[in-house]
Amino acid sequence: MTLALQTFSTVKDANAALQAAGTRYLGGGTLVVRAANEGDISVSSLVRVTETSLQAIAVSGGEARLGASVTMAAIARHPELAALAPAARAVGGPAIRNMATVGGNLFAPAPYGDFTVALLALDAIIVTEDSEVPIQTFLAGRDASRAIVTGITFVLPRAESFRFLKVSRVKPKGVSVLSIATHLQRAADGTVTSARIALGCMADRPMRARATEKALLGCKLTAEEIAPALAAAGEGTSPITDPVASAWYRNEVLPVHLGRLLLA
Amino acid sequence: MAKVPVQFTLNGAEKAEFVDSGTTLLHALRDKIGDTSPKGGCHQGTCGACSVIIDGELRLSCLTLAETCNGAEIRTTSGLAEAGVLHPLQRAFLDAFATQCGFCTPGMIMAAKVLLDHTPNPSREEVVEALSSNICRCTGYEPIIQAVLRAARANSQNAA
Repeated sequence: MTLALQTFSTVKDANAALQAAGTRYLGGGTLVVRAANEGDISVSSLVRVTETSLQAIAVSGGEARLGASVTMAAIARHPELAALAPAARAVGGPAIRNMATVGGNLFAPAPYGDFTVALLALDAIIVTEDSEVPIQTFLAGRDASRAIVTGITFVLPRAESFRFLKVSRVKPKGVSVLSIATHLQRAADGTVTSARIALGCMADRPMRARATEKALLGCKLTAEEIAPALAAAGEGTSPITDPVASAWYRNEVLPVHLGRLLLA
Repeated sequence: MAKVPVQFTLNGAEKAEFVDSGTTLLHALRDKIGDTSPKGGCHQGTCGACSVIIDGELRLSCLTLAETCNGAEIRTTSGLAEAGVLHPLQRAFLDAFATQCGFCTPGMIMAAKVLLDHTPNPSREEVVEALSSNICRCTGYEPIIQAVLRAARANSQNAA
């Protein structure tokens, strides 16, 4: 089985070619070439784009725009994206980070896709040639998505308001047991005024912990006050079971790790 | 299916080949060009045995399509020794008993080379991080970490 690779200089032309059956988009190759190597015969043709704007990182006025082909390594070393560096470094090892793209990460099935967990907590906007969609809507419909993602935009978080944690058993690098990103706004007295919490591995794709977000409002970050929010962490989750951890285990340890992250 | 031309520099030498579209760089290097130093382990991006350096960056040749490497500068472990003299990393791997079955060694050495190219005197933590894409089932990793640290010391002594 061979793969026919078609290279286009514009997203427009590549989008047209992508409509053919059996055709997938080639970003860094860490998902689609992996699938082909594993014997996925549903992939017969690959499409890629050489447009340089897909590799651009632009930061201005507190907003960031990442081209879809920006790699995890490029994010991890960018001085103005320091808040996101821990999430970018959580993806794979050095070789994978030099290849894996932010656009591809949006499509990575659990237990992969740790960076998308961070983007979900930032309520990023996913940009295609003719649409801009909130990330949560995008993730819900990603299996049917046939339009090439060209970029991701989001408001850069202040360092103290954004936290990211990936839990894995193999050190220093291993597949996720789970990952958590929290983006909290707090009043001067420390009371939480808004909360976005995203979870990885707690469903087949990154999800928001809505019940926990709601329960955190008005709380100070103390063990007593966040207890109800932690108790609600498992609401709506449907974790994967894989060789790293069972669904039961992931549900059991989620409140523990979320509590540690909030109190850190 | 029609063959496609690929042309790149491998360890300083120009290479040109015709490959089937969709051929991985690993396959092109091993079965077309005859450089068998990158190994095919998992073909899934997990084991690191196929690691090569493309334009100065560590990449996995099993997940890289050869056609996307046109014009690139590719380096593999087979190109490290000069005039029969082993590269300091190769020497250190031998001296520190960092090789047992040897299957992971070329990938380990490529990962270590990229590290030392950018960070000539790495800490132990930096070495562990740099090798974190590469799996070894023989050594328990410690001799490999020691070999990289030993090569870094040898380099800095030569430079002094």
